[in-house]
Formats: sequence, C-alpha cells, structure tokens
Amino acid sequence: MTLIGAPLTRVDGRAKVTGTAKYTAEFEIPQVAYAVMVTSTIASGQVSGMDTAAAERAPGVLAVLTPRNVLKLPGAERRITVLQDANVYYQNQPVAVVVAETLEQAQHAAQLVRVRYDAKLANLDFEAGFPASYPGEHNGEPGDAGWGDVNAGLAQAEVKVEEVYTTPIHHHNPMEMHAAIAQWDGDKLTLHDATQSVTQRRSYVAKMFGIPEDNVRVIALFVGGGFGSKGQTWAPVVLAALAAKQVKRPVKLVTERPQMFGMVGARPRTHQKLSLGATRDGKLTAIKHEVHAHTSVIEDYLESSAFATRVMYDCANVQTVHRLVPLNLGTPTYDRAPGVATGTYALEVAMDELAYKLKMDPLELRLKNYAEIDPGTKNPFTEKSLNECYKRASEKFGWARRQAEPGSMREGDTLVGWGMATETYPARRLPCSALVRLQPDGRVVVASGTQEIGNGIYTVMTQVAADALGIPPELIDVKIGDTTLPPAPISAGSMSTASVTPAVHDAAMQARNNLLALASGDAQSPLHGIAADQLDINGGNISAKGSPGKTENFRALLARHGQPVEGHASLKPDLDTKKFSSHSFGAVFAEVAIDPLIAMPRVRRVTAVYDVGRIMNAKTAQSQFIGGIVWGVSLALFEDTQMDPPTGRFYNSNLAEYHVPTNLDIGEIDVSALDIPDPKLDSMGARGIGEIGITGTGAAIANAIFHATGKRVRDLPITPDKLI
Amino acid sequence: MNAFEYKRAEQEQMAIDSIVDAKDAKFLAGGTNLIDLMKNGVQTPSRLVDINRVPLDKIEVIPGGGLRLGALARNSDTANHPLVRTHYPLLSQAILSGASPQLRNLATNGGNLLQRTRCQYFMDTGFSKCNKRVRGSGCGAREGVHRKHAILGASEQCIAVHPSDMAVALAALGARVRVRGQKGVRTIAIADFHRLPGTTPQVDTNLQPDELILSIDLPASPYAAHSHYLKIRDRASYDFALVSAAAALDLQGGTIRSARLALGGVAHKPWRSEKAEAVLAGKPANRAAFEAAATAALAGAQPLKENAYKVELAKRAIVRALELAGGAA
Repeated sequence: MTLIGAPLTRVDGRAKVTGTAKYTAEFEIPQVAYAVMVTSTIASGQVSGMDTAAAERAPGVLAVLTPRNVLKLPGAERRITVLQDANVYYQNQPVAVVVAETLEQAQHAAQLVRVRYDAKLANLDFEAGFPASYPGEHNGEPGDAGWGDVNAGLAQAEVKVEEVYTTPIHHHNPMEMHAAIAQWDGDKLTLHDATQSVTQRRSYVAKMFGIPEDNVRVIALFVGGGFGSKGQTWAPVVLAALAAKQVKRPVKLVTERPQMFGMVGARPRTHQKLSLGATRDGKLTAIKHEVHAHTSVIEDYLESSAFATRVMYDCANVQTVHRLVPLNLGTPTYDRAPGVATGTYALEVAMDELAYKLKMDPLELRLKNYAEIDPGTKNPFTEKSLNECYKRASEKFGWARRQAEPGSMREGDTLVGWGMATETYPARRLPCSALVRLQPDGRVVVASGTQEIGNGIYTVMTQVAADALGIPPELIDVKIGDTTLPPAPISAGSMSTASVTPAVHDAAMQARNNLLALASGDAQSPLHGIAADQLDINGGNISAKGSPGKTENFRALLARHGQPVEGHASLKPDLDTKKFSSHSFGAVFAEVAIDPLIAMPRVRRVTAVYDVGRIMNAKTAQSQFIGGIVWGVSLALFEDTQMDPPTGRFYNSNLAEYHVPTNLDIGEIDVSALDIPDPKLDSMGARGIGEIGITGTGAAIANAIFHATGKRVRDLPITPDKLI
Repeated sequence: MNAFEYKRAEQEQMAIDSIVDAKDAKFLAGGTNLIDLMKNGVQTPSRLVDINRVPLDKIEVIPGGGLRLGALARNSDTANHPLVRTHYPLLSQAILSGASPQLRNLATNGGNLLQRTRCQYFMDTGFSKCNKRVRGSGCGAREGVHRKHAILGASEQCIAVHPSDMAVALAALGARVRVRGQKGVRTIAIADFHRLPGTTPQVDTNLQPDELILSIDLPASPYAAHSHYLKIRDRASYDFALVSAAAALDLQGGTIRSARLALGGVAHKPWRSEKAEAVLAGKPANRAAFEAAATAALAGAQPLKENAYKVELAKRAIVRALELAGGAA
C-alpha cells in the first residue's frame, strides 16, 4: 500500500481550476429551452389566481406552467411542491415556471407573471409551537433515547449546569446552485442534475413520473458543493423534467440564489436545553439534552442535535429528547454534520461552563469522563484513540500555558481567549459496487456511480485502484456520477470513502488476478506457464516472483489479447453494529482575539487532531479538515438566516447579507490526524472525514470568546451586538 | 429585468441630453448597484445612458488648494492615488474598507454616492412593504428585521441606512459635489447631498434628475496626520458597517485645535456630528474628551428593539476611532 495515504494532487484539480470540469448547468444540449421559476410571496394559503397573459405574449416564451395547466404527476408527494395544486406552504415556493428560448427571455417573462393569493395565518413562531411539538426520528433512529435515571443523577449532583443554547436557521449555499437539464426521448428521461446521489435521484424521479427506473439516466460529473442540500430531491429538478415534457424540448433550470432560501432545504433552528450534573471532583452524574427543532408543515425532518451526546462521555444517567415544531417554512434537511454541529456546540459549551463551576481545566474535565466504550450500548468502539488527540492537540496548541481566569490573557488592549472542545462524527458505510476494466488500449477505467462533491473521490479512487493493480495512477480514468455505472451510495454523511474504496479495491484485485491469469495462460507471453499466484505486477510490469528476467508490461499483454480484462465488486457493510460502535473523534483548540471596545472577535488560530481511521490522501484530507473548521468558524460567528416575523420571508436571501467567512476572517489552521486504520468498519480502514471538522469547533470558539471576555453567549452566531 | 434602451454618451452635454429626453432614464457608470437592482426588479429604467467614456476620471489638484476626484475615477484608483493616500488617508481607508477588490475596481466615485440602501425590504420585491420602493406601502423593517437599521434621523416611513463607507469620510472631510445639469454647473456640500427620509423616503439625494456628477472636491485638509476610519461589522471583509466612525483631529501638542467626526451605518445619510466636533475643540486629546464627544454625537438617537445595541456600539466606535486618530490608544 504505497499509494494509499500519499498526498496525491487531485486528479481533477487542473480541470477544476481551468474551468474544463463540466458542472451540470454547463452542458450544452441542442435545442435546449430555459426555465425560470416564479416563487410565492406568502408563507401559507393558496394561489387564488394568476395573470400569465403578459408573460405568455413576451418574446421567446414557450410556456408558462401553473397549477392549472401543469401535467399531473402520478407519484407526486405533497413535500415536493411542484405546482400539483394551488396550496402554498412556505415563502419562495414555486408557483409557476416560465419556459423560453433564452434565459433572459424567461427571466423577463417571469417578472410579468402576476400571482394573487388567499393568504392564511402562517405558523411562524418557533417557541409558541413548543407545547404542540412532537417526537421524531432521524435516519430511522428514534429521537428519544437514554439510560440510567437522569433525574436521580441530577439530584445526586454536587455541581450543576442548566442552560439553553440556541442556533439559527442555516442555508447551505453551495457555490453551485441547484441546476438540472432534462431531456425526454419518448418516456425515457436523461437528467443532468447537481445531485449528491444520482441513484436516489433516479428512483425518486422515476416514481414521480410513473416510469421504470431504467428509463431514467442521471448524470452529475462534478457537483459544486452540496453540504446536504443536494441529497433530497427538491422541486427544481422535477420542474425541469415537467417543463421539458410539456414543451417537448430539453429544458435547463438553474435556481437563482435567492431561490436557494426555501425550496432546497435548510438547517433548522434549534433550542437546546442542557442539564449537566457532576460530583465535586468532576465526574458526570447526569446529562439531559432536550432539543426543539423546527420542521415544515409538509414533511418531518429532525435535526438530531442530541445524538452525539449519546456517545461522548462516560456517564451513568443520560437522557436525550427531540421535539419537532412544524412551521410554514421550507422543509429543513441535512446540513454540514447534521445534528452533530449544532448539538456539539451546545454540549461542549455546557461542559466548559461546568468546568468553570468546578474550577477545573476544561480538558481535564473531558479526560475525567472519557468513554472507553460506547456509553449507551456498552459496546466497544471499532477503534478510538481520542485521548491521543487531546494530548497531541493540546501540546501543539500550548494549552498548558492557559490562564484559567476569563479576561486574564491580554496583549495590550486586546483580550485573548483560548477554548477547546471534543469533536465527533459517526462512522458509517453503505452498499456500493464498482467496476475496474483494463482496456486493450492500455487505459484503465475505474467506475462507480458515486459523486464528486469536492470530497476528492476521483483522486482516492485512482489511488486505491492504482495501488491494488500495481499500475501507475496516470493510466487510470475514473468514471463516476452516472446511473449507467455500478450503483454507489449518496455522497453524504462522511460515508463516501468507507463505502466506495473497498468496492474499488476488491474490483481492482479481481481485475489484477484476471490479468495475471491471462499472462500465465498466454503462449506468447514471456510469463507463460508460470502460475498466476507466482506473478506480481508493479508499475504496470508483470514479473515472476524470484525470476527477475521474466517480465512483460501489462499493456503489451492486453494489446495482444485485444479484449478488456475486468473486475467487479458489490459490497455490503459487514460490521456487526450490535457488537461494535464506530465513531470518529477529535480534539479542537481555538484562540480568539478581541478588542473589548469594538467587540469584533477574530479567530486567530485553530489546532485540531483527528482520529478518523486511515488517511487515504494526506493532501485532500488536510483540505477537508480545514474546510470543516472554516464552517465551524462560520457556525460560531457568521451564519444566520433571518426571517421577517410577520411574513415568514427570509430577510437575507443573498450572499452579501447571508454571511459565510471571507479569507480575512480565517486565521491559522493546524490540522493533523492520527492515521490509525480501523479495519473493522471496512477493509480500507478509513472512517470518513468530511464533516467532523465543523463539530466541536463552534463550541471551542464560543468557549474561547468566554475566556477572553467573560461573556457567555448562548445564542449563535456570536456577533458584535451580543458582546457589548 | 425589464427591457430598456441603451445609449452611450461620449461627452457631458450628450449625457445630460440623453437623460432628459427619456422618462426614467439612468446614468450607468460602474453598475455595481444599479444592475443588481434592475435584475431584482427594484429599478426599471427605460433607458441606460452609459457615461463610462465621458472624460471624468481624473484625480487632480485644485489650484488654490484641495483635490478634485473625478466622478468616474474608480474607487480602487481613488483609494490608492498617492495624493489621496498622502493628504486624505481617511478617505483611502474608508474606501478600502468597503465592498471587495473586484467591486471597487468597477465602482466609481459618483456611483458610490448614489448607492441605494441595502435594506432587504427595499432590495427584495417579494416584500410588499417598502415606502422607498412603493410609496405608501409601509415600512417592513420597523416591525420586522432591523438589526442593521437607522438610529439617527429616521422617520416613521423609513429607517434605512446609507451603505457607503466612502461618503462617511467625505462627510468628515467636508467635501463638495460638483454637478452639471441643463441649467449649468453647481456645487452641493456633501452634508446637503444626501437627504433624510422624512415623508419622501423614495428620494435619496438632492441631485436633480437631469444632473450629472462631475467631481467630488476635497478642500485642503489639516487632518492628514491624525485620522482614522473604523468600521465595525459582522465579518472582517465584504460586509456593510453595523456602525462606522470617521474621525479626524487637528492637534497642537496634546490639544485638539479642531475635529471632524462622521458616522456610517446609523442614518439615511452619512452622519456628521458637528455637536461632537464642538465638544472636542479646544480639549486635550484624551479618553474623557472622546467619551464626551461620543455622548454628544448619539444624544438624539432613537433606536428600535433590534438595533438598540448600535447606540453603545457607535459610542465605542467613536472613542476608539478618535484614539486611533490621535495616536493615543
């Protein structure tokens, strides 16, 4: 395994930075027409009438789709809001689609559509909805779980923390907006779609249109960021397919930036009550984590904020509770470490508050309650070396030099604060298949229907295949993002590497064995007659073990053979989850500086060390950790979707007013990983790294701000107005 | 976007003639704000008169003192001009704290003054209430989201703030705006250029519809040695001010001979506080004087629920800006 872990430069890097990597909206399809959505300006009610005459008369317009004339879909669900009826459930819901010869003509005509509404009173008050809130589940896991007797644990506690932490609505805002091109050929549909799962998209769309899955092909060669918003199927792609069917032309639909605020998911608002009990010497006696999160009135999505609380610390009495509050907002969904990012913010700030009450170092408190086994299931972890993360990260950061007293570390007028937190994310994998084909022309195709969402999967697949085959990576062409390829799971939940690479590895090993058998049986090969298990391949050269003179390049062999040599694999997860728990962990330390007068916190440096299984590519892994931490800074200080309370319309639905960090907001980031393989989860030993960086980081920054200023802000984001 | 006619003007007179003979015509310079507003359907001009070729992009010394900034000089070129950097560092700092390098490369000095508010009730036609956009429709911000809105000089009808950083420095420096219309050339003091919303929030400035900005003229300034533009915002770059303070001191020894102070992010116009300046004149440059000035500047503030923090934050911005200007921090 020489290539695994190597800092191979992204194989698609050049294509991306030179603009030749083709994203969905960039495909040029002959005869394509352009669709633009008209969206609602009420949060609840019905479309009572629509004046489309001016739009229909406008130059270039092919059709104006409305609830009155749209094709009825046999498999339509209420959640998808694709004009199937006149109901409006949230602001910015599609109510009409204008299709025209050019994008500009469609945009212009869309502005000419006049919509009348019968508005109903909308549910928009989050906290007023608590009494009628109800339980839910997340990915099939119940929202309510626990062990021991949490009330007894709190009663016996010598020191307690009871606080409420709140996080606002977030919108994913990938750079690439949701986009689709739909092309019908009879009842066969080809979709170019910016999706995190070509497979799920195919089955959902097929069901909606009432056609066999095999009639639908979905293509997504590059996805310009998803962050969870491109996992579920939302209205835009279905509307593109509807419009294409109705105008009998290929149709391209690209969501406008403000339209990203409503119809394509969001991280829901959370209200989290944390009750911690501990003995005087810092042993936790109880953790109670009660979460309210909003959902929509048309679908339940549960932000699983307290799930991480179930694995974090050794504690005899734990209770986690989630309640859903339905509001007239677009359905929320998975967003950047769903549940865990918001939940670890609350839990890890509460732990910091407890440390101060105990007059104990926050790191020492974590070590005191270190969970050697999964505290809920009592199962061992597949591998866990979090204590080593704490040790390395604290040493690199210089934590020992911290003065505990808030406001005690100063540089002139500047207050300096240090904070830390534990990070975690569950490790999972899903069934995946792959194909490796050694072609007569000497190129190697490695294929799996996974998606490149910035995670580097093209590169890691190249490395794994090259390593297994003994063939240079330059000869490998990775094919992904197409439902005609062997099916792979959704690119989400930090699962891609653990799911895809074992399948690629096994398919490559099979192809390699077939290749060596071919050499052995080929009368024209210098290796003829040598048993396949006595052959080896390195750098593309097949040789006989112990007979250095006998060698042949695989390309010569294949050229002579004239037929491809293949390997296939289709793998299912084989970890017995009744016997093991598998989670990644990490430790994050942050330093903030703040002029107490003007109250603008700056994150000067972040140090984190991760225990995430084997690192498959040192370079892309570094990028993913850094990206996660940048989102953690964003969670702590910036992201906040503001809602206009009377109308339920999002106030800041653009990137000037919805803040994500700029380069100037990001200080020094020092990330590293233990790189301890975890072969119990998957044969490659990798656990996935995409999301862990955002977890804990929000809390580490919030804790650093408290350490700097003595102000405990329990409502994200932490902006200057909350610090004066 | 609405259909519109495009005309290119090569000379001042041609530009003015082209604006007069069409209803709802607009000058197009950098377009960094106007084009966005047109895409959003907020502004629907019937004609755009492209003035980018009108020769108004010079930055030159005014004989007898002062500096003339051409209306079409780009914000980046203005901020980085040696004469601006040397004699008006406050202006340079203010410009560079706004927008992004890409926007500043395109945006012009005249256009900067004419930016519309970033109040989203104005920017998003999906909101039905905005007196500035639709007369008599109401103010969405007053009952809605107003964390970034005005605390000074607002009206029942409008609590929007002017977004410019550059204009705040210009207000402190006592700039004059030279304009040309059908009746000829006139100059408008920067303090009289922008308007408070009152009962006519749809009118941002006292520039007449036929008038073209020619230049922004800066008087000779005794403040180059001691000035500072401090911008407090949610993130470090590419963000509008929560509050900003342009502070300038003319110091003799430790005593303030005269001072200039203007605030951004607090009102419908750049908010110069002559009261605060009067408090500072003749005082020693110290924290007590700066705090007294801050109190005077915010004396008439009328915050709402979400923007109440701005009163305290503006005071602090003033104190810190004056300290940094005076080198006394």
